[in-house]
Amino acid sequence: MKDVAVIGLGPSGMTAALYLARFKLDVICFEKTSPGGQIVMTDRIENYPGFPDGISGYELAELFKKQLQAYPVEIKSEEVLAIKREDVITINTSSSDYQVRSVIISTGAYPRRLGIKGEEHFTGRGVSYCATCDANFFRGKKVAVLGGGDSAVEEAIFLSKFVKKLYLIHRRDRLRAVDVLKERIEAISNVEFVLDSVINEIGGDSKVEFVNVKNLKTESSKRVDLDGVFIFAGYTPNAQFLKDFLQLDSGGYIITKEDFQTSVEGIFSSGDVRSSSLKQVISASGEGADAAVRVSKYLDNIKGTSYD
Amino acid sequence: MQEVDLSNFKSKVLESLIPVLVDFWAPWCGPCKMISPTLDGMVDDFQGRVKFSKLNVDDNTQIASDYGIMSIPALILFKDGSPTAQIVGVQSKEGIVKFLEANV
Repeated sequence: MKDVAVIGLGPSGMTAALYLARFKLDVICFEKTSPGGQIVMTDRIENYPGFPDGISGYELAELFKKQLQAYPVEIKSEEVLAIKREDVITINTSSSDYQVRSVIISTGAYPRRLGIKGEEHFTGRGVSYCATCDANFFRGKKVAVLGGGDSAVEEAIFLSKFVKKLYLIHRRDRLRAVDVLKERIEAISNVEFVLDSVINEIGGDSKVEFVNVKNLKTESSKRVDLDGVFIFAGYTPNAQFLKDFLQLDSGGYIITKEDFQTSVEGIFSSGDVRSSSLKQVISASGEGADAAVRVSKYLDNIKGTSYD
Repeated sequence: MQEVDLSNFKSKVLESLIPVLVDFWAPWCGPCKMISPTLDGMVDDFQGRVKFSKLNVDDNTQIASDYGIMSIPALILFKDGSPTAQIVGVQSKEGIVKFLEANV
């Protein structure tokens, strides 16, 4: 039986696994795609200290991975479907069952789908959730970016270098993004702010050709012809598979106590999937380290090898 | 996984006797680099049933535009010279297996 399973290898899970490996614990990790997490979708990370010129999200993820792979950590490319807690913990994946003494859930989140008319139909045909992946297909074109937080503004700044015209559409009367980003985007000439507004329809023939923009104050709608819609309006946590197993908050995020333990004994959680986490690489990583230390203490207690 | 481009797209993909899954990717796209090892690990499982190829959209803009690529990573399944099914975004191995089983 393994000491601990880490589920999800973004910055939080990779940091947790690194700490656990250095404690000489027997670690098994599960990642349904490849190690990296949401940061691989970010063009440039400028607020992770140690990289004064910024670093691409993909490169940073690769560095995390390289550091982890220096230790004998087993990584399974399997999707975890369920966790069961009896005397031991059983992790059920698409291909096997694994028994472990403890778990850290660091499955992260993904960009929220808003359920706008046409959104799903046109995904991959003009609707996108990844600016670094898709900006190049919109060179010289007109796009809308939906959202007003840090991600939306950062991605809009990146996209503005490719497109002819960018509408930044946000439902509130001002942006939520940090001041340094607000100042930067306000100085870009091909960006137009459309505040107090939402998109209520995305339309076209074989690809996106227009959106309907509704002003929430005046209730009036206007058709805007454009080629693409980039959506960065919040996140959905990857915790749905656990909803009958442990306590989630109203947004679907995992509730933990101060020691990162969830409502089920021996099951811990860190990073973006955890309720009230900051959703930054630095904090996800920090939470992963903290959760790993708590797990190590928990294992000392159940094994009777506590240092205190 | 075989790299295809303008010079061999017709012979390797369109004229293939068995279905071909083409991974449309680009060097600037982080998520594309995550899907590649997953596909590499599937080549043997589908030997004789499906061929796996990758196409760099940066070097082959015409092919990408012919098939309406606006979002990558994109996986398109070609059967008898025509695109018959498509998925976009990073996928798990199980996700790709399901997609292939449903469409081959």
